[in-house]
Amino acid sequence: MTLDSLFDFLAKASYFAAAVLFILGLMKMGSPVTARQGIRWAGVGMVIATVVTFFAPSTWGTHGFDPINLALMIVAIVISYVFWIWGKKVPITDMPQMVAIFNGMGGGSAAAIGAATLINAATYSGACTPEAIAAHACLDTTKSVLGILGALIGAVSFSGSIIAWAKLDGRLDKRVTFPGQQVFNLLVFVGLLALGGYLVYALDVPIIITFFVVALLLGVLMTLPIGGADMPVVISLYNAFTGLAVAFEGYVLGNEALIIAGTVVGAAGMLLTQLMAKAMNRPISGVLFSNFGGGGSGGEEITGSMKPIEAPDASSLLYLAERVIVVPGYGMAVAQAQHKMWELCKQLIARDKEVKFAIHPVAGRMPGHMNVLLAEAGVPYDLIADMDDINPEFKTCDVAIVIGANDVVNPVAKTDKSSPIYGMPVLDVIDAKQVIVIKRGKGTGFAGIENALFYADNCRMLYADGQEAANRLIAELKALDGGGGH
Amino acid sequence: MDGFVALYIFMLAAITGHVIISRVPVILHTPLMSGSNFVHGIVVVGGMVALAHADTNLERAIGFLAVLLGAGNAVGGYVVTERMLEMFKSSKRGEK
Repeated sequence: MTLDSLFDFLAKASYFAAAVLFILGLMKMGSPVTARQGIRWAGVGMVIATVVTFFAPSTWGTHGFDPINLALMIVAIVISYVFWIWGKKVPITDMPQMVAIFNGMGGGSAAAIGAATLINAATYSGACTPEAIAAHACLDTTKSVLGILGALIGAVSFSGSIIAWAKLDGRLDKRVTFPGQQVFNLLVFVGLLALGGYLVYALDVPIIITFFVVALLLGVLMTLPIGGADMPVVISLYNAFTGLAVAFEGYVLGNEALIIAGTVVGAAGMLLTQLMAKAMNRPISGVLFSNFGGGGSGGEEITGSMKPIEAPDASSLLYLAERVIVVPGYGMAVAQAQHKMWELCKQLIARDKEVKFAIHPVAGRMPGHMNVLLAEAGVPYDLIADMDDINPEFKTCDVAIVIGANDVVNPVAKTDKSSPIYGMPVLDVIDAKQVIVIKRGKGTGFAGIENALFYADNCRMLYADGQEAANRLIAELKALDGGGGH
Repeated sequence: MDGFVALYIFMLAAITGHVIISRVPVILHTPLMSGSNFVHGIVVVGGMVALAHADTNLERAIGFLAVLLGAGNAVGGYVVTERMLEMFKSSKRGEK
């Protein structure tokens, strides 16, 4: 066996090992106990595959180690260290948009591979000479179709994820809509398919470039009208898209690791997207093609007024309560108030109150995001309840504290058919004897609609920053202890 | 690669992905999305192949982009997932 063929064998073997490690790693991530081991295993798979690829002669093809390409490769990998630091430094509340941006990069990479392959094939005029085969430039119809499709999906995922990131990161507040938007998007999509179809038969560099520009534009157009509340579903969908794009480009390159990893993620991502959409009671088509919360249009007028409450009164209510349910939302995470809230709850538990946390399936920005944040603050698992388990308990609950949650506690989702969020499952906070809403101001939630809960008779608004509110409640509770002669 | 062999790989891998997610509790959905986001970072390997085969400056630029973005996906995806899962560890300590 020559050294070259030995290395190529090692490359194949390393891809096999990587595929196995990825799948086992993801399986381990299905349980909180083994999850950390799971990501390590997947990480080992990634390192093995990358290192071996670097040295494998099949990577370099007929060029051998081209010094410019080699230098560029090393530079690119060294620069990616920036992303390591970025990922390390962002606060844990910003994790959803980081998933979005890193996922977008993967999609962009797949699209770039598609572009490189197509342009390469164009320079060989699509002819399958031995040189062309060695340069990965020989594309049969299957490879062309999958390569172009992968590039399209990857490009949409890339630009779409960047918009999703910008929206979640608060860099892009507006939902851009215009009349006939969906028809326009559909036309762009059909035009894109036509361009792609043309490329299968005739490779032409200007057409290839046009194809990519339009594909990137489509990702932007698709994502712009989608409201923040739907963003987790969209990110999950783009995650699945990237997986699929990677798998398709993997077929073009004849790389099994890309095919397997991409397909596993594509399938897992599709299912995850469906589960999320189901949790929000919105069909995926509804997320993508219907506008959400169009600036307060629709929905019945809400009568009544918001009734404010001050911390001393609020803490008296808590002092007298026996059963308290805390409903945390993204606002609590933004205020970094989860630690203080848990401290408040510990104070309540120390006074023999029953305290539970009620988690809406999409509390935070993604399913499970709020659990992560509460876990970070040290809240034990058994105090955290899912929506279906806790909803019947609101009726017997003395005080429900809503902190930073809005749309997920809005009762109009159950009562008002004309409301944009009608049908979305919500927490039945309104059933509690008393509701205290901790909120910075009077603004509406993600969906941009008024919350009928805030106007309800049993609801009081404690206007404050989350941390500050919790601090004041703790202080007042302690003062009450003193006054009560303990 | 034989088209049908590829089709078998597609099918089996898709079923695997489906099974992995369907048994997972809701609280792990976000870390798992992040984890799967890391796994498709393997695209960096494809980017390396594309860059290594580049002949013209245009192809070099595209290949460089492919490697950079792919490496960003892998590196960033790993850090983010690792950090999320760290939270779960600390919560278990708190429970004891």
